Amino acid sequence: MTGWTPSQHELERRRVRRRLRTRSVLIATAMTIVVFVVLSLVVTGSPGWPQVQALFFSWPDAREALPDIWDAIWLNIKMFLIAEVFILVFGMLIAMARVSRSPWLVPLRIVGVVYTDVIRGIPTLLLVYLLAFGMPALHLQGLPNGAFFWATVALIISYSAYVAEVFRSGIESVHPSQWASAQALGLSRGQTLRHVVIPQAVRRVVPPLLNDFVSLQKDTALASVAGVFEAVFVARDYGNYNFNYTPLVVVACFFIVLTVPLARLTDWLSARYRRRELAGAL
Amino acid sequence: MSALLEVSGLRKSYGEKVVLDDISLSVDTHDVICLIGSSGSGKSTLLRCLNLLEDIDDGVITFEGAEISDPRVDARRIRSRIGMVFQAYNLFPHLSVLDNCTLAPRKVQGVQRADAEARALSLLEKFGLADQAAKHPDRLSGGQQQRAALVRALCTHPTLLLLDEITAALDPELVGEVLEIVRAEAESGMTMVLATHEMSFAREVATSVCFLSEGRILEQGPPAEIFSDPREERTRQFLRRVL
Repeated sequence: MTGWTPSQHELERRRVRRRLRTRSVLIATAMTIVVFVVLSLVVTGSPGWPQVQALFFSWPDAREALPDIWDAIWLNIKMFLIAEVFILVFGMLIAMARVSRSPWLVPLRIVGVVYTDVIRGIPTLLLVYLLAFGMPALHLQGLPNGAFFWATVALIISYSAYVAEVFRSGIESVHPSQWASAQALGLSRGQTLRHVVIPQAVRRVVPPLLNDFVSLQKDTALASVAGVFEAVFVARDYGNYNFNYTPLVVVACFFIVLTVPLARLTDWLSARYRRRELAGAL
Repeated sequence: MSALLEVSGLRKSYGEKVVLDDISLSVDTHDVICLIGSSGSGKSTLLRCLNLLEDIDDGVITFEGAEISDPRVDARRIRSRIGMVFQAYNLFPHLSVLDNCTLAPRKVQGVQRADAEARALSLLEKFGLADQAAKHPDRLSGGQQQRAALVRALCTHPTLLLLDEITAALDPELVGEVLEIVRAEAESGMTMVLATHEMSFAREVATSVCFLSEGRILEQGPPAEIFSDPREERTRQFLRRVL
């Protein structure tokens, strides 16, 4: 520093800025408290609250069901993690097929269009039924018959279609000048896609992608219709025996706990990219 | 009558890097102040500070007699009186040229759509863009886009216009058509502060030229003086390179 000391005026301005900041923090805190107090008063003050509380928020039932849910939730996590990898790969491949322009790849493009159109139209639940009960019934040699396997496949098929469209919208949001400048450097269309367009596209679609994955986490519960003993199945089972649905709330809490770190991670990642690429500029 | 815009002791730093250091500048109504200097000398940052797009680290900016560098000042109210045009046009690609021009008058100043469009169209007409009004910005040439950006800035009746190297992204053939508008505005009495690399333009239009170097105004004076008889060696070096 070259011997600069802030002027009186600047010091006063800093005081004002600090005061304004303190004021916004106070407003934020006060508003948050007011909103949540009012909300909880409305809920707990409602006439049916005691029954609802007993049915959905009973501590003893939560404790009793917890060990079984804890065991079962691993199945959900496993299914989710396996499916996620395949979904990302297939989704990207389908999106790339749909934006291809080579005449050789036209059949692939058509398959891509039909796939996304048809699969997104079919309820995921139906896909789970079809695959988990239909595939083993075909008696095909060499294919596994487990409900877990086919339920996971159903999820992959269904979510690949959604994720493909997310990727495609990302690819198409990259400005045409990026295509032009990459091709001007002599890159092929495929190379342009791989090295220039997709890296930019993926960053833009991270939030909607996360949306789909959170949704996927919860849809692992659909495997229960195929007889997979996952967390929601366990919770419902408990409910049917004990006439108490608290375990479902417990499962919901598990899902939330699984989702939040993922959301924070992606927020952090995109903030980092923004800092690196826009540092100081505009 | 005090100056329209008065800057004194302005300092701006990003962390340890001091970008503007002890800048003082006075802009009277109808003045055209040209900021010249090499890239990175702080011209753009100064303009952004004047429009309150950046928080300053010391000094005072007064506009129309009131301090606007006070954090309690409503920046939106000040900005709606100051027009700004950027090097990269920054037109909104999803709106037609006409909608680009009427957005701020309608949403910020509450002008009726018909009135806003009438004013925008008459300005577009004046600057030879009448037939482009319904098109979207990306369909226009660079020069047309920058002229549209100028019209957009003028549509809010600003009392001060800040132009940030608005011809730097244009090829030489198109520079003329944009500068023509700036010249016309200057002649009709618009007050302007502009960062520019167009020395001959600065010489013709400016009422005063400031040479910035390493975040300081090294030299300020009427264009005749700065361009033919600069006081500072650094100014002379710079002018030798660009002229």
